[in-house]
Amino acid sequence: MHQTLLRQFRDPELCHTLLTRLRAELDGELRFMEVCGTHTVAIFQSGLRSLLPPQVVHLSGPGCPVCVTHESEVNAFLDLAGRPGVIVATFGDLMRVPGSRGRNLKSAQAEGARVAVVYSPPDALALARDNPGDTVVFLGVGFETTAPTVAGTVLMAREQGLSNFKVLAFHKLVPPALEVLLSDTEAGIDAFILPGHVSAVIGTEPYGFIASRFGKSATVTGFEPVDILESLLFLAQRRRQGRAEVKNLYRRVVSDTSNPRALEVMNRVFRPCDALWRGLGRIPDSGLEFTDEFEDVDAKRRYGLSIEECPPLPGCKCGEVLRGRLRPDQCPLFKKACTPAKPVGPCMVSTEGSCAAYYKYQVE
Amino acid sequence: MSDRILLDCGSGGRASHRLVADLFLKHLGNPELNRLNDAACLNLKSPLAMSTDTFTVDPIFFPGGDIGSLAVHGTVNDVSMLGAIPRYLTCGFIVEEGLETDVLARVVASMGTAAREAGVLVVAGDTKVVPRGMVDKIFINTTGVGEIFVDPTPSGDRARPGDAILVTGSMGDHGLAVLSTRQGLAFDTPVVSDAASLNHAIARLLRAVPEVHVLRDPTRGGLGTTLNEIAESSGVCCEIVDEAIPVRPEVRDGCSFLGLDPLYLANEGKFLCILPGELADAALDVLRGDPLCAGAVRIGTVTDAHPGKVVLTTRLGGARLLTMLEGEQLPRIC
Repeated sequence: MHQTLLRQFRDPELCHTLLTRLRAELDGELRFMEVCGTHTVAIFQSGLRSLLPPQVVHLSGPGCPVCVTHESEVNAFLDLAGRPGVIVATFGDLMRVPGSRGRNLKSAQAEGARVAVVYSPPDALALARDNPGDTVVFLGVGFETTAPTVAGTVLMAREQGLSNFKVLAFHKLVPPALEVLLSDTEAGIDAFILPGHVSAVIGTEPYGFIASRFGKSATVTGFEPVDILESLLFLAQRRRQGRAEVKNLYRRVVSDTSNPRALEVMNRVFRPCDALWRGLGRIPDSGLEFTDEFEDVDAKRRYGLSIEECPPLPGCKCGEVLRGRLRPDQCPLFKKACTPAKPVGPCMVSTEGSCAAYYKYQVE
Repeated sequence: MSDRILLDCGSGGRASHRLVADLFLKHLGNPELNRLNDAACLNLKSPLAMSTDTFTVDPIFFPGGDIGSLAVHGTVNDVSMLGAIPRYLTCGFIVEEGLETDVLARVVASMGTAAREAGVLVVAGDTKVVPRGMVDKIFINTTGVGEIFVDPTPSGDRARPGDAILVTGSMGDHGLAVLSTRQGLAFDTPVVSDAASLNHAIARLLRAVPEVHVLRDPTRGGLGTTLNEIAESSGVCCEIVDEAIPVRPEVRDGCSFLGLDPLYLANEGKFLCILPGELADAALDVLRGDPLCAGAVRIGTVTDAHPGKVVLTTRLGGARLLTMLEGEQLPRIC
């Protein structure tokens, strides 16, 4: 994105105008949830959170891919790491996520596992090319944003005849999780700010049910303060008007229709399956597994990994936080037993986790 | 000499002697080092400042510098931050068997140039060669000694409410230059390390404004971590203004691309100065007269609002904490 254009979306004067209009539009408490870790960080990092009117209640949903990676899935990563002939390739933010026994990839690495932090799935492919005697397993975590890139990398591996590149895929799909959140009356979510990156791939159509079935409004939004404030203003206006609507306010990046090329690649390599979400449990058709054509790339099958559903970590309230039932600083472990140095749950581990954001940015 | 460093070169025998004579003395030689005694005889006035650091940077050559010059700059700067004139350095090399001799020569020549520019003498050294794979090319330890010329010395626990917080230029240049080279990333505008010895600039500053409370070079962990260390040690709040913190557009863009925060990236040619608010302008005048500190600005104020914390005022006028970095910065998923 061009920096001059971006500056307009960070313009302090415009933000203050939008804040004034938002205050005027509010007819009571507006509990909004963002479902994207990048939004979580953007709201805190820009200082916007400290400027929002008190009636605007900010809830951070299950939008951080690390945070929703289930303990059982982390156990599978750890089961794989350290096997002879295996190099695990991963994005950096999975390194410190604890499995059910408190171990993580960093400790596995210290114990001798070969773990490589990569910046993109093609980097993992290069690693496979450079290490023909080993098998490189990329940890496929992330939403619709990441899955097409991973799928594209799988296709590249096939074109290049690299049979030593595998993927342990735990991708997740956002719309089914939104259904679970909307069905949960305890959190009392009034409106959603939907993820911009995910929407760039799937378009806005898959979110239609938010308004049609649940009567709530939602916006697809960018990551600058003006984007977020415009969205909040829209959501407050619709609530005041007694209307529900899903609106794309991120047209400079997201079209209402999907990105057909990305979806085509994703759907060729993966098909929907039930998935485990940390905090939300098993959600039907909310994950991705390899289609039969690509079963040879599936690390789960290659290494016979069984995903044993394990109970949540004792005392960890990340599930409540991800559902919007609990603010991070209301968790009894927050800043006490659970800190970024010794995280109990993934919301404190990930740089995009809501607990980490509270810990890191919130001025008391 | 062989065109590669062999285990023999660290044996203490003839091969070691050849390496010392043909390479180390050629680039680092001075009357004290040339005597090749077991220890160096130093002529110093007390009190002394002493610091040691080990350099393991990957890659060993990066835009704007290399591991050799960095090993000089890093220790010269650490000694200088105590209000001292650095005088002598020692250097210890751990070299991987098989390293091209030319590469070692380039690194040592670069150290020699950096030392001459900083006005320090390398007076003792050591070389170990270890089997291939036991280190990554070359690790260098440097220890520096300098003469303290201000009293009391600047110290991380001396920040006081009312003090001004200054930085001498743009943040994150070194960290991003190294990281982007390591990852093989090319940006439209190349990012170049700021690595430099700051001792001359610091000497000028302290002679003009000796009342400086804190001097720190925000190396690993960057500005964010360094300010937190100071806030904690001094029991004060460092309130800084985001808009005032200089970050080059190419560094800001590169960080945005990689999901990194420039305020946590290492700097090797900038320092942070905390001093009584009324002396800020005088200090800035002196600093801006030095080419290495031409971009010096005030970025905030020390207060007693949130002791031990660093509070950042954002461009929108909101407030948020700038906490200490936990572990290393890692690229994010999306």
